[in-house]
Amino acid sequence: MRITVTVNGREYESEVEPRTLLVYYLREHLELKGAHVGCDTTNCGACTVLLNGKPVKSCTVLAVQANGQQVMTVEGLEQDGVLHPVQQSFWEEHGLQCGYCTPGMLMSAYSLLEKKQDLTEEEIRKGISGNICRCTGYVNIVKAIQSAGRQMAEKKQLEQNQSEVIGSGN
Amino acid sequence: MAINQTEHRPMGKSIKRKEDPRFIRGEGRYIDDISLPGMLYMNIVRSPYAHAKIVSIDTTAAMEVPGVHLIITGEDLAKMNLAWMPTLAGDVQMVLATGKVMFQYQEVAVVVAESREVAMDAAQLVAVEYEALPALVDPFRAMQPDAPVLREDREQKNNHIFHWQVGDKDDTEEMFKSAEVVVKQDVRFQRVHPSPLEPCGCIADFNKTTGKLTWYVTSQAPHAHRTVLAMVSGLPEHMIHVISPDIGGGFGNKVPVYPGYVCAIVASLQLGRPVKWIETRTENIASTGFARDYHMTAEIAANKDGIVQALRVKTLADHGAFDAAADPSKFPAGLFNIVTGSYDFKQAFVEVDGVYTNKAPGGVAYRCSFRVTEAAYLIERTMDVLAQKLNIDAADLRFRNFIKKEQFPYPSPLGWTYDSGDYEQTLKLALDKIGYAELRKEQAEKRARGEYMGIGISTFTEIVGAGPSHTFDIMGIKMFDSAEIRVHPTGKAIVRLGVRHQGQGHETTFAQIVAEELGLSAADILVEEGDTDTAPYGLGTYASRSTPTAGGAAALCARRIREKAKKIAAHLLEVSEDDVEWDGSAFNVKGLPGKSVTMDKVALAAYTNLPEGMEPGLEATYYYDPPNLTFPHGAYICVVDIDNGTGAVKVRRFLAVDDCGTVINPMIVEGQIHGGLTEGFGIAFMQDIPYDEDGNCLAPNWMDYLVPTALETPHWETDRTVTPSPHHPIGAKGVGESPNVGSPQAFVNAVVDALSPLGVTHIDMPIYPWKVWEILRKNGVTE
Repeated sequence: MRITVTVNGREYESEVEPRTLLVYYLREHLELKGAHVGCDTTNCGACTVLLNGKPVKSCTVLAVQANGQQVMTVEGLEQDGVLHPVQQSFWEEHGLQCGYCTPGMLMSAYSLLEKKQDLTEEEIRKGISGNICRCTGYVNIVKAIQSAGRQMAEKKQLEQNQSEVIGSGN
Repeated sequence: MAINQTEHRPMGKSIKRKEDPRFIRGEGRYIDDISLPGMLYMNIVRSPYAHAKIVSIDTTAAMEVPGVHLIITGEDLAKMNLAWMPTLAGDVQMVLATGKVMFQYQEVAVVVAESREVAMDAAQLVAVEYEALPALVDPFRAMQPDAPVLREDREQKNNHIFHWQVGDKDDTEEMFKSAEVVVKQDVRFQRVHPSPLEPCGCIADFNKTTGKLTWYVTSQAPHAHRTVLAMVSGLPEHMIHVISPDIGGGFGNKVPVYPGYVCAIVASLQLGRPVKWIETRTENIASTGFARDYHMTAEIAANKDGIVQALRVKTLADHGAFDAAADPSKFPAGLFNIVTGSYDFKQAFVEVDGVYTNKAPGGVAYRCSFRVTEAAYLIERTMDVLAQKLNIDAADLRFRNFIKKEQFPYPSPLGWTYDSGDYEQTLKLALDKIGYAELRKEQAEKRARGEYMGIGISTFTEIVGAGPSHTFDIMGIKMFDSAEIRVHPTGKAIVRLGVRHQGQGHETTFAQIVAEELGLSAADILVEEGDTDTAPYGLGTYASRSTPTAGGAAALCARRIREKAKKIAAHLLEVSEDDVEWDGSAFNVKGLPGKSVTMDKVALAAYTNLPEGMEPGLEATYYYDPPNLTFPHGAYICVVDIDNGTGAVKVRRFLAVDDCGTVINPMIVEGQIHGGLTEGFGIAFMQDIPYDEDGNCLAPNWMDYLVPTALETPHWETDRTVTPSPHHPIGAKGVGESPNVGSPQAFVNAVVDALSPLGVTHIDMPIYPWKVWEILRKNGVTE
């Protein structure tokens, strides 16, 4: 089947078998290897990507279901050579060890933080409960997400202030 | 927050990890990320039976599927003399079944095809006719003289694998006879599985023209795997290139050699094309190296003040269909004889018997330092049973029995010499920090109100760093490890090691060790591991051995570099070598402040301006054979609250105070502890791989075999004491496995403590809520 999918802002047109899973489409057709396969039963979340802005487990979505849709993967987080705050915070706070869960974890964290930056520990733990990490014990992941949230809120505030300054200039 | 890699004198600092930039961008390169031109895919046909005769295998329909290149059965391998392979434990294991299958999900045939999907489709068309045999699931039944013999290939016609005993039996018995108090406890450590997030897999790429085999594999021990492969296949070792790429977690699961690996290699040898095999989660849990499965009985002889005298332990170890445990050769039950723990037992006697059953083969793996987890769990659990019997506080009983600081180096009655420790200090810190006295007060008040709250203590001793060549080998290969350092003209260095990390942060910590020794920064050093063509020989990363072995090698290798550098520095400073001293950052002329030269200048001179007659270059290799093992220890305290209505256990607090000697990177050490505690939590409350009476595996996926998510995982608190190892070059002891070795008993002790007013003395793991609920119901606490 022929599908057209927009991934990280770029449009791809591909021929896929109807049974091709989105995760294998991303990994093997588009060479985007960030999303990983860990469990085959939709438990682990290593394959998490955003489909039209919502986190999905790409091992449980068919590539054809993404036809005409927007997909965002871990490869889309960094913009113009600048790491997204959530990537930077995972690095600073030691929120990863083997790195296998990290792309999926980052996408879940990104999705949470897009909605709300000031998250409690409980909200974060609930928000990432579909992503299993076998190495870190989650404490530093929680810290990293809180830290990223603070940075995003500050940036938002700064942008708001700037637009107010520009606004008042008019 | 972590600090920059450009920091000089980086030892002991939380330097930001060098490996992270690729992982946070999704650019880690794990085994399934590698794709080679012309690559084929392999799928394994597995047995639905735990025990059955193979009547026939018909591959006709599968071979007709377009895109199928090759199907291999056990009979095909038998013709090549490859149907069986040696295990690391000195047993043999079927690669593909011939005659009969011995466990459910056993490898029966493989299909190699153009794509993952075609291989999978065709595998389903391989028609295998079985004749079911009764399955032997209970290890105690398997030990009975009239039990059916599972391994007909062996000369020995029973299911007994080994008997191992350590200690003085007669002396121990004498002490038991005269003891004032004896406690006895049966303790089961259930079958669990390390389940790293990335399953196992490999790509075998045999080049028929050059005769060279390149084998990409998720291996914690690439050099050892190359040697084993050379022995099994007959391929010359120098023509086998093993590359272990980024590994998505190991925890011991990626130490053994699995049948799928051998089949992928055979297929590539036959076809002359790269063959990839990536297992599914079910294949990972149901067929690769499981852990534990020990049935233990411990007895402690003590006086009425709780001073322990002797320990007696009897254990039955269920190894499944083949003894595929990855233990050092002389230790069929690993280092289980650390079971006297942190206490000054006068005498001890331990027996372990290994037995075959119709279950998946393996043993040992899961962050456990060779059966140390079982030993630590057993002694810490039994010490609490003694405390309860004598009505002595659990912390107090431990203080009464600790090996004292001044007793080190301490010879244990089971044959180890503990290097160093200060158990009192560590437990005192833990008790103070958690507010033990107040918690006991709160508990008493709650008990009066019918509420169940518990405090569990674990004061464990680890044994890691295998190991000294006089005692430790695997298949005859001594368990030293190695480092090679090349300092380039501009003062930047490459360090290569015989170990292979899987998330432990070696690229950072080993850079810190070498940077500290050479006066450079971690940013100046590139650490490489996992490529047998470039790295020096070593036995790999598991059992917390990297820092005690390769860490020692790295430090001593750097010092070897520094010796030569000192000579060059003397030449540059135009003084004699005796007048030069190293201050940690530079070479100085004694008594002449300001007259100094740094390592980068020396490095340049090593290639441009040498003393007369000196060999150019600044490189060294060091093979480090440790004189002894290292003995990290810790004091863990867990506080739980029990829901009277449901039996659910809430871990309110968990504090881990660890002593792993010198700390290289506190951030990484803390991260290791968080991760290991989470695994211990999973084992204590969630994880088990049960089999039904027909040998069906009842938890072959992550819906039935539970791994902790962020939601149920407690918030971990940590602290540390530092008792350096007196014999390790930098005083480090290793830490990765301590939290898994130290934590399960803290959880269980806490739950038993909570329920002790109801007369509970022991609960076997995993402590599911229904087990607690049944106790509460039986005692009329709930309906």
